[in-house]
Amino acid sequence: MGKRIGMEIALAAAEAAALCRPDVIAAYPITPNTHIPEHLSDIVAEGRLDAEYICVESEHSAISACCGASGTGARTFTATSSQGLLYMQEVLPIVSAMRLPVIMAIGNRAVSGPINIWNDHSDIMYQRDTGWVSLFAANGQETVDMMIQAFKIGEHRDVMLPVNINLDGFQLTHVVEPIFMPDQEEVDRFLPPYKPYAQLHPDKPMSMGTLGLPEIFNEAMRAKNEAILQSKKVVLDVWKEWEKQFGRKYEPVESYKTEGAETLLLTMGSMGETAEIAVDELRKDGVPVGLVKLKLWRPFPFEELRKVVKGAKSLAVMDRAVSFGGPGGPVFAEIRSALYDEPKKPRTLNFIIGLGGRDMVVEDFIKMAKKTASTKKLRPEDAYEIYGARE
Amino acid sequence: MSTANLNPKKLFENFELYVPKLIEKMEYFSPGHRACQGCGEALAIRMMCKALGKDTVIANATGCMEVISSLYPTTAWNLPWIHVAFPNSASVGSGVSAGLKALRRKGRIPDRYVKTVAIGGDGGTVDIGFQALSGAMERGHDMLYVCFDNEAYMNTGIQRSGATPFGSSTTTAPAGKASIGNKTWKKNVAEIMVEHGIPYIATACHSYPIDFMNKVKKARSIKGPSYIHCLSVCPTGWRSTSETCIKLGRLAVEAGIFPLYEVKYGKYKITVDPPEKLRPVTDYIKPQGRFRHLTPDQIKGIQERVLMEYNKLMNKVNHSKSWDELKAL
Amino acid sequence: MTAKKWPETWQEVNPGCMVFRPGSASEYHTGSWRAKRPIWENEKCIKCGVCYIYCPEGCVTEGADGFFEANLDYCKGCGICAHECWPAAIKMVNEED
Repeated sequence: MGKRIGMEIALAAAEAAALCRPDVIAAYPITPNTHIPEHLSDIVAEGRLDAEYICVESEHSAISACCGASGTGARTFTATSSQGLLYMQEVLPIVSAMRLPVIMAIGNRAVSGPINIWNDHSDIMYQRDTGWVSLFAANGQETVDMMIQAFKIGEHRDVMLPVNINLDGFQLTHVVEPIFMPDQEEVDRFLPPYKPYAQLHPDKPMSMGTLGLPEIFNEAMRAKNEAILQSKKVVLDVWKEWEKQFGRKYEPVESYKTEGAETLLLTMGSMGETAEIAVDELRKDGVPVGLVKLKLWRPFPFEELRKVVKGAKSLAVMDRAVSFGGPGGPVFAEIRSALYDEPKKPRTLNFIIGLGGRDMVVEDFIKMAKKTASTKKLRPEDAYEIYGARE
Repeated sequence: MSTANLNPKKLFENFELYVPKLIEKMEYFSPGHRACQGCGEALAIRMMCKALGKDTVIANATGCMEVISSLYPTTAWNLPWIHVAFPNSASVGSGVSAGLKALRRKGRIPDRYVKTVAIGGDGGTVDIGFQALSGAMERGHDMLYVCFDNEAYMNTGIQRSGATPFGSSTTTAPAGKASIGNKTWKKNVAEIMVEHGIPYIATACHSYPIDFMNKVKKARSIKGPSYIHCLSVCPTGWRSTSETCIKLGRLAVEAGIFPLYEVKYGKYKITVDPPEKLRPVTDYIKPQGRFRHLTPDQIKGIQERVLMEYNKLMNKVNHSKSWDELKAL
Repeated sequence: MTAKKWPETWQEVNPGCMVFRPGSASEYHTGSWRAKRPIWENEKCIKCGVCYIYCPEGCVTEGADGFFEANLDYCKGCGICAHECWPAAIKMVNEED
């Protein structure tokens, strides 16, 4: 039986990854996710995990080594943030195209210019189109649970795609929370050994990463897109299984006090926890406000989102990344697009908050909720603001 | 030009002439690949695979060899093969090596040794892949890295690389009224690998197949990192005729431009003795269109530098001590 | 796995464009690239195998009688075999002849 312990979330994430028995770990340190590869190397050094730990010389090599290892049929894991993730970017679409279920933990951190090591979502937002399944954790328990679920989702024969688990740098990685940590026997029951679709081995020679002429590239892209669309069903099934075995429920879009809500706030990641407190306070004052928390980012949960926001009059989407010169923040643009054809849809506002680790407090969420409740319909280029930028 | 007019005595002295009969017959690199006619690199790959044998996994960088061999839905490879991107064959190879090690230890693959070999062109090794190569060699993975050096980014159309020789005309360092072509000397990656302290480094050329294949076999038997730098003649990029592919490789060795040597546990050894008097570099330069703009003075400058580099190497060879010998001093 | 009809549908494309037919490049006959072809004069041949080892295509094969010939499905006519043949037993002849 697992036990409930207080643990730094990054360390817990490493423990969760170790419980999944990865065979090869290749990671490069970068603040704020460093504690994840560090703790994993501790676990390997103590002999608690039988894995090959490669101290690669760059993040590009980290993901490349994971490709090579995954190609041989090994279960692989890596972790990074921000600049490291961008350095890997060349390889990320290749990993999903090659259908290698590499699992990656991302300690979300601002992308440079100016260099900033603190938390926002810009790093993952640059990876929207890479074809990876993307999960967002809002707290330590979700981090640990999603780490284990990710292996099962990625390795499923109907998916065979890499998965990334996003946890906020510092806001989550360096925070100590009480976490119910499953034990090895429970995880082994949930996650069977990896049975790869294809393996690099001389007994059955095959070629991976071949060249795709124009005659076939289009079809290959269609096949890849179908794969990530199909993965939604597997994500839901895995979450159902998780609830059955561990008792904790996961949905692509989680709602908090949305019954009768006229105004909704939409968050991803740990800011949702602060928003919950704001919603509680507003509700105490009788303001009909609710919170929507997105846990599944890719594949995008269209059905669940439309269902949850149906009755609301206004919706504030909290982004933690800027799409410079674009129609608002990345999440905002996708939400608006998802709701575009709905006959009844809320008026939407976009607050780009918490950039580069800027703290967001309950009062900020209360202010944003009030502003949203009274907003009129706006075009996307007018509907967003980089919240709190001093003038 | 045939050698039928040579002194018959010389024919019988050359045992290597008959050794092709003893070589592994299996074609691990099948015909039907789309390399140019007379491609030295494809020939080198074919030879390397014969020396490696069946129990090998290849990690290939983007480049000529990857593109011509693996057009979906076919592959010329009769070995397990993976390609990911341009700069990372050494890191993919590191992952393959680690994966095979872990899986064998855990009993998830049959309990027999499978060699990991990462290959790349000069672009993917000397320039964009340099970091990954250095990292992989420094970490000591059980992996052989073979660089097939055709002295430019041939696959994208003959652009200059760090391995392009001085005075060679490439499309990004072309010869012209204001330029000699490539202005820098070839980066000596083999010597850089020696300084990484790995157990086995060698230079080779497809024109000396037995020497090359023996080196591949030796490297294969090392349970650690090893590096082979194989000069591969590219008739297309070097603007030479396809049939002189093998001859040009020989001329490079006989002129002292690309000495064939190995460094085993720190001990240098020349494996193919060039003639006592090195051939003039002009013999090597004349048949290649990429050098046709060079003036006699410029060729003289190249000759001096070639001799200097050769003497530098011979100095190392003559004073070389193996690691064990150094420990005993 | 048997060969599928080319070009494949998106459902037929192997996941990750993986190829499970090693050596299948031999389905493509590069012999059509040739402008010249090698002809062996067996009277001069000393059966050394040098032409076999230096062929970049790997299409020169030894017959039961120990003599060599190029598989014309793949021979690109590069001329290396003729150039390297010690007793000059190989001649490159124009395709049209």
